[in-house]
Amino acid sequence: METPEQIRDRLLANFPGAGAVVVANPAPSAQHSIAIGPGRAREIATWLRDDPALRLDYCSNVTGVDWPEKEIIETVGTPAPDPAGGPAKTAEQKTKRIQPGCLEVVYHLYSMALRHGPVIIRLRTGNRTDQITLPSLTPVWRSCEFQEREVFDLFGVVFAGHPDLRRILMWDEFKDHPMRKDYVEPDDYEWEPTAHDKVLAKAKKHYPAEPAATGEATEGAKP
Amino acid sequence: MEITQEQRDELRRHGILLTKLEELYNWGRSHSVWPLQFGLACCAIEMIAASMARFDIARFGSEVFRPSPRQADLLIVSGTVTKKMAPQVVRLWNQMPEPKYCIAMGACAISGGPFKQGYNVLKGIDRYIPVDVYIPGCPPRPEALLHGLMQLQEKIRGQKLTGPDAPPHLRSDAACNYPVPEFGEQDLDPAKNPDLWQPPSIVRPPKT
Repeated sequence: METPEQIRDRLLANFPGAGAVVVANPAPSAQHSIAIGPGRAREIATWLRDDPALRLDYCSNVTGVDWPEKEIIETVGTPAPDPAGGPAKTAEQKTKRIQPGCLEVVYHLYSMALRHGPVIIRLRTGNRTDQITLPSLTPVWRSCEFQEREVFDLFGVVFAGHPDLRRILMWDEFKDHPMRKDYVEPDDYEWEPTAHDKVLAKAKKHYPAEPAATGEATEGAKP
Repeated sequence: MEITQEQRDELRRHGILLTKLEELYNWGRSHSVWPLQFGLACCAIEMIAASMARFDIARFGSEVFRPSPRQADLLIVSGTVTKKMAPQVVRLWNQMPEPKYCIAMGACAISGGPFKQGYNVLKGIDRYIPVDVYIPGCPPRPEALLHGLMQLQEKIRGQKLTGPDAPPHLRSDAACNYPVPEFGEQDLDPAKNPDLWQPPSIVRPPKT
């Protein structure tokens, strides 16, 4: 099978301006993926499915990634000559920049016909709040249907062109997207017999404080 | 006149069997506890194994797994109760006729188990329905389920037909319908049935 770089080059030759970038995976598995711009994603997906050298006719897995806004501090060292004539020192300058957050949908594609794969493609939304619409690839691969619903349910990505975009795991009345990093779960920690770490901090709010050393036993914790 | 157990055993050696209506009634009930054919997660696999030939729940008269709550006496909550499933479990419990019993099988049904800190799992079915027997384990082996069933039989055999300790089906003041929680925007509404379940209070020993 072609490498992701080769696929990207052929893809850019067929779809100029598709915004295809190889995303390197530094892990030992080295499963590099191709991020593509959402604009022509469905055309590109159809091409990936029908191209005679690839024939990626099977989408085995769709999943989501939440990338929250991240503050990155970069340190740049510039050599500054010592006015006293000593060895030059390096003056460090720290710059802060905000890496904007986004939601990402990852598709794992295989070819049943040619028995190769996976080819991993990624689609990214503009941000995490209002530009969260991506084209649905369910018309290209039917197996995406439930999994895109799951990504919609848990991450809140809206798939344009999905035939039946409803919540699939949580109930319809549910209001949040639990797999997002900034999700706050309901606070029902009123009884935690073996609380530790984060749960301990949450459970403490439900229990009375440790009594002062007066020797009095405290009863309470009833809400 | 009360007859002691020794006197009854003595009479039995002479071929005379003495019993009470209460004992006969409870003996019959305790040996025909029909469970609801209802599995939630991996504990259900152990429940199925308990009903098969090796463990053979038929030895205890409970092999008749009924596919309808209207014919069942026992609700085995066998597995993780997600918040999405909890209203349906309560509804099934409400549809079962008295006398009915509930076994919470496995860590998840008791407290949420390994998923307790999750946003989507109910932290114990006893927040909504009364549980008679808790069987710990993850999942409990079929022997543990059979032991739980024997404990339930013992409980049934100990029930009085009259008086304040009578089981709910012989009393007119006992509630048989439990409120079904609604789906809220974040959690189930209400998050627990306060008449059934309250968090245990902490009593700290005095500092010495």
